[in-house]
Amino acid sequence: MIADQERVDRIIGILSDSFFPILKAGIEFTIPLTLITFVLGLILAFFVALARLSNMKSINAVAKFYVWIFRGTPLLVQIFILFYGLPSMGITLDPFPAAVIAFTLNKGAYSSEIIRAAILSIPKGQWEAAFSIGMTKSQAMRRIIIPQAIRVSLPPLGNSFISLVKDTSLAATITVTELFQKGQQIAAATYEPLWIYIEVAFIYLIFSTVLSYFQTKLEVRFERSVAK
Amino acid sequence: MIHINNLHKSFGQLEVLKGIDLTIPTGKTAVIIGPSGSGKTTLLRCLNLLEVPNQGSIKLGDQSINFDQNHKMKSKELVSFRKNTGMVFQSYNLFPHLTALENVMEGQTTVLKRSKADAEKKAKALLDKVGLSDRADMYPHQLSGGQQQRVGIARAMAMDPKVLLFDEPTSALDPELVGEVLKVMKDLSKENMTMVIVTHEMNFAKEVADQVIFMDQGVIIEKGTPEEVFENTQNQRTLQFLNKVASRS
Repeated sequence: MIADQERVDRIIGILSDSFFPILKAGIEFTIPLTLITFVLGLILAFFVALARLSNMKSINAVAKFYVWIFRGTPLLVQIFILFYGLPSMGITLDPFPAAVIAFTLNKGAYSSEIIRAAILSIPKGQWEAAFSIGMTKSQAMRRIIIPQAIRVSLPPLGNSFISLVKDTSLAATITVTELFQKGQQIAAATYEPLWIYIEVAFIYLIFSTVLSYFQTKLEVRFERSVAK
Repeated sequence: MIHINNLHKSFGQLEVLKGIDLTIPTGKTAVIIGPSGSGKTTLLRCLNLLEVPNQGSIKLGDQSINFDQNHKMKSKELVSFRKNTGMVFQSYNLFPHLTALENVMEGQTTVLKRSKADAEKKAKALLDKVGLSDRADMYPHQLSGGQQQRVGIARAMAMDPKVLLFDEPTSALDPELVGEVLKVMKDLSKENMTMVIVTHEMNFAKEVADQVIFMDQGVIIEKGTPEEVFENTQNQRTLQFLNKVASRS
């Protein structure tokens, strides 16, 4: 019993000592990596979605090709090509920018399909109503279709945002000391992988929960504003 | 004045309009009736180029436009022609992310580049005209069908169109809400707004129309005053249609 008590004390000690370093890694790297790549990915996705909806065949084909490549290959492989592969062509990236580029390109491909589907889901009558009051195609898009498409795309984009939070753990494989990498280091030093990784999981859970809370708030704010 | 000359429209192999000739004088109300599939809605949609005809011409005021199926129309031409027409849809098609007032303001500010203050003033006056000044800040989903359709009429009016087009404006409404929409349309007709109306409301047509047009299978079978078409027609197909409609109601 005494031995057990010692072990419990040791684990509690390790967990409380490691909680803030791991959380700090999360706040310093996981959160910025998530936010930066999500915003850049969204901007990229928006233009890719417009390109996919464009009547111009060449633009359409380029966008389609991009989505095909980045949806059809594993994110981990994309990260490795960028970080470990490109140096052999003389292009060397630091870990963090390499992660940002890889996640952005990957998220851009997925989110573009979400945005495209949202735009296509707005009924034809909305376009016709916009045209009937003399709007051009781009005015109709900007003033009538996009505002409604944003509402439609919020739930799937929210999901993809939360999965991005967790996907950033792959940045550990290219030496970015984000949340998971920090956990690995501590687990290796303390020989308590079970408890440390449970702690890591718990911190990810806190992040995702807070983010889904904001997602729900946002959805409620935009509710009711889409044509049926 | 609207002058339609030899208008043809096909969807693939299917010819929906087979040469329509029609003149609607300024300030008059024309009502188009006919069985479903007769092409009446397509004709209406051709008048504001939601469908681009394959052949023929439309003259609206001083703007004339010729159609040729081998020559794709530029979107600039489409937009400039459309600005002269207003459309009221069967399913209202209000913008759900905007309030009633904003729905009526949107085209004014975005298309006509009116100032927000001017647009709001005009929108308020129009909502008042259709009896909805107390609903200005509501969103479409908070309004009844009849109220939504009246906002739709105000939205079309806000652009100062030379002609208002109505595509079965009461067909999607509960029966008890039809009256309020027809009343607004009657008022407009009395004020000499030029209107082209596709409808199944025969009593309304009798009362309001200056000109009744009966269409079937892509051609105009008969046109004339309400008395000529409803009371004194000699045409077998017109009679058949009117009897069918009468026996239903």
